Amino acid sequence: MTTDLFLNIDASSINWARAQFALTAIYHWLFVPLTLGLAVIMGICETCWYRTRDTFWRDTAQFWQKLFGVNFAMGIATGIILEFEFGTNWSNYSWFVGDIFGAPLAIEGIVAFFMESTFVAVMYFGWKKVSPGFHLASTWLTGLGATISAWWILVANAWMQYPVGCAFNPDTMRNEMVSFLDVALSPFAIDKFCHTVISAWIIGAVFVVAVSCWYLMKKRETKLATESIKIAAIVGLVASLGAAMTGHKSAQSVSQVQPMKLAAMEALYEGGPEQGLAIIPGVKVPYALSFMATNDFAGYVPGINDILNGYAKSDGTLEPSVDEKIQRGKQAITALADYRKAKKEGANPALLNEYLSTINSNMKYFGYGYVKDKNDVVPPVWVNFWAFRIMVGLGCLFILFFAVILAVTYKFPKALLQKYDITTLPDWHYWVGILLVPLAYIASESGWLVAEFGRQPWTIQDMLPTWVAVSDVEGFSVALTFFLFLFLFTLMLCVEINILLKQIKKGPEYNN
Amino acid sequence: MITYSFLQHYWWFLVSLLGALLVFLMFVQGANSMVRTLGYTEEGRRLIINSTGRKWEFTFTTLVTFGGAFFASFPLFYSTSFGGAYWLWMIILFTFVLQAVSYEFQNKLGNLLGAKTFQIFLAINGFVGPLLLGGAVATFFEGSNFIVMKDNLIDAQSFTPIISHWANASHGLDALLNPWVLVFGLAVMFLARVLGTLYIINNVNNDDIRSRAGFQLLASSLAFVVLFVVYLVHLLLKDGYSYTADGTIVIEPYKYLNNFLDMWYLLVVLLIGVVLVLFAIGRSFADKNWIWGIWPAGIGVVLVVLSLLLCAGWNNTAYYPSTANLQSSLTIQNSCSSEFTLTTMAIVSILIPFVLAYIWHAWWSIDKKKLDLKEIADDHAY
Repeated sequence: MTTDLFLNIDASSINWARAQFALTAIYHWLFVPLTLGLAVIMGICETCWYRTRDTFWRDTAQFWQKLFGVNFAMGIATGIILEFEFGTNWSNYSWFVGDIFGAPLAIEGIVAFFMESTFVAVMYFGWKKVSPGFHLASTWLTGLGATISAWWILVANAWMQYPVGCAFNPDTMRNEMVSFLDVALSPFAIDKFCHTVISAWIIGAVFVVAVSCWYLMKKRETKLATESIKIAAIVGLVASLGAAMTGHKSAQSVSQVQPMKLAAMEALYEGGPEQGLAIIPGVKVPYALSFMATNDFAGYVPGINDILNGYAKSDGTLEPSVDEKIQRGKQAITALADYRKAKKEGANPALLNEYLSTINSNMKYFGYGYVKDKNDVVPPVWVNFWAFRIMVGLGCLFILFFAVILAVTYKFPKALLQKYDITTLPDWHYWVGILLVPLAYIASESGWLVAEFGRQPWTIQDMLPTWVAVSDVEGFSVALTFFLFLFLFTLMLCVEINILLKQIKKGPEYNN
Repeated sequence: MITYSFLQHYWWFLVSLLGALLVFLMFVQGANSMVRTLGYTEEGRRLIINSTGRKWEFTFTTLVTFGGAFFASFPLFYSTSFGGAYWLWMIILFTFVLQAVSYEFQNKLGNLLGAKTFQIFLAINGFVGPLLLGGAVATFFEGSNFIVMKDNLIDAQSFTPIISHWANASHGLDALLNPWVLVFGLAVMFLARVLGTLYIINNVNNDDIRSRAGFQLLASSLAFVVLFVVYLVHLLLKDGYSYTADGTIVIEPYKYLNNFLDMWYLLVVLLIGVVLVLFAIGRSFADKNWIWGIWPAGIGVVLVVLSLLLCAGWNNTAYYPSTANLQSSLTIQNSCSSEFTLTTMAIVSILIPFVLAYIWHAWWSIDKKKLDLKEIADDHAY
């Protein structure tokens, strides 16, 4: 009876809803990492001022704060759309998991957004109105607010990848939270938060180095540039190494809870033990994938076909095939329909319990009940494969870049680098620093492409596919808003970049 | 004893409080809609924009938190209203996006579009934001054209698995065809202008602007009072939607009047709020040297809106009535989160007083000295 369940939903509605969310998220992530990264650097600069009372540091902090402000506004503008799109474009989602998903968003608003919005006002308008200590605290609290905001939204996102701390309630027809701590402190969320925020610091550091390089190339603002590079190089190197470590941890989490995503990231169709990691198609580092996924060079890594057809896991248990999961998902849906009908008709408790037992034993595969073909659960492989490589490759480049910058700036080892002066390098050195800015963004966005494309077709892993999560809005309406936002965000991005360039060209304003 | 019902009422109170604070904070929008009438010179306009520019993020954050709190506590409303009244919410959001960038960009070198364009964006948000948000709130009393069918998710015979549907193709714009929704929306818009004028009188130390504010205050206040009184009379005389013990929705004559009589304390709060607003308007108009009107007016507005929203959701009232299918109407009982989630969030809500305390301190720190032209020239300014 449920063979062709709901497959008559308008495909364009789903695709435009996905496109609109992707558009907003990608634009939002152009601004947020710079906010998070610059917050650290301007905080350090202002702390230097607080400790030394050298006006140079105050002017430097104010300069970076000015650039921070231009970028911050766009982060806010795109962020509001993102939150409300859960309701406007994913209304079924909002009901089906709102009991769990809404809480982090509400806490984000209460705890983080108010902190950000309150103290950012003090940061900008309070230089002459509050004490230096209060101002310094406000600057750090602005960054802390942004970071706490990242925590809660990443808790929410991690829950979509790895839904924990919840149980399905057949009477309310939704999933309900049963453990807040499991949701808020999910290991997947912790990995995701650490990796994402640390990678944002890289963007902040690359941006500061790039602006400083431009000044050095133009032989102006030399002190601001060299001192900023010293700070940014340390932040950047620590962050790049941290991103590598947390990235490894994230990949292991993915291998455990989203094996299909890992298989897509590697374009691995036929898995097995002792798997090599592909650098590019055809070139593999032996055993590296097994080690990355399992911390064991001989570890078993399932491929796409293994997951589709079922496989034996390393602990000896059998992972069912997708066809079997589809059948069990349909059983859960049918039992749920029977349960609700029987309850309305006042059936006896024994019958209701029988339905409940069927629902509970198959609930793990509920979402598969809406899948028509097993191949529908395979995410787009090439996007995941290349996005992962771009992210990792550029991440390695940044480790090298910051290590070199740090070495040259601090002249360590002295014997080798004594003759180099960061302020008098040939121009092409500075151009390298400048050209790394777009690469940092590409690396960061690639990370999100892996995270989100790898989860497809699920909005919530194994629980709710995209085509059951959408709102009942015609594709035309969503397409119209998609293009409106595309136009608006692109226009504003152009404005922002132009303002940033003019501000950088204008340079800091020295108060003394 | 903290029961599930208590938590539902508590969370409706918090959401209502956030809504009430949001309406008060829309003085930002109100003032932005009057930039050109209050500030005749370029300097005057910059003063007004910089004055609201120190507060706009509070309004914005309150709107976002209002949405987040609704999502966490009443997810079926979030799902039904945002997913159904798509265009109404999208237009509101669109104007707030315009606002978010306009402060920072307008007077920066290289903004490509020119300062005037961003000032127009602020004005658009200033008019449209309060009008449509007010209209959206009015649907709590007037109803909306939606259907909720939870079984769609598992019913193979249903057209789609989506549980909430808008029953017409306008996706929320139909609300604006209801004259009462427009009356309430316009009332909120003029209220925002009243609050905006009172805020500017308080916050901007400029004789020219303050001298112009009197007339604007009178004009906006008259429009607001007339529209508000008309709507309040309509509300007290209209039928409402209540639910019985088993959750069945029924139409009840004079429901909102009965609510105010049953919950007399809300009536008291409403009347105190009205008196405070009228006092603030009256004294500000009569005494040109008195600049504190924003505070009694602000407190009054919070009390009035809070009492209206509590009247919409408490006392077994369907707070989001469906005009398409009575039994689809949303109540705090049938649309709320689970007891566990509401309890968890109630614990989190203990933080709210601390949040309010630091907001107050920061606000006080920034506003100790009133904004003047010298500060714009010497300090960070938009």
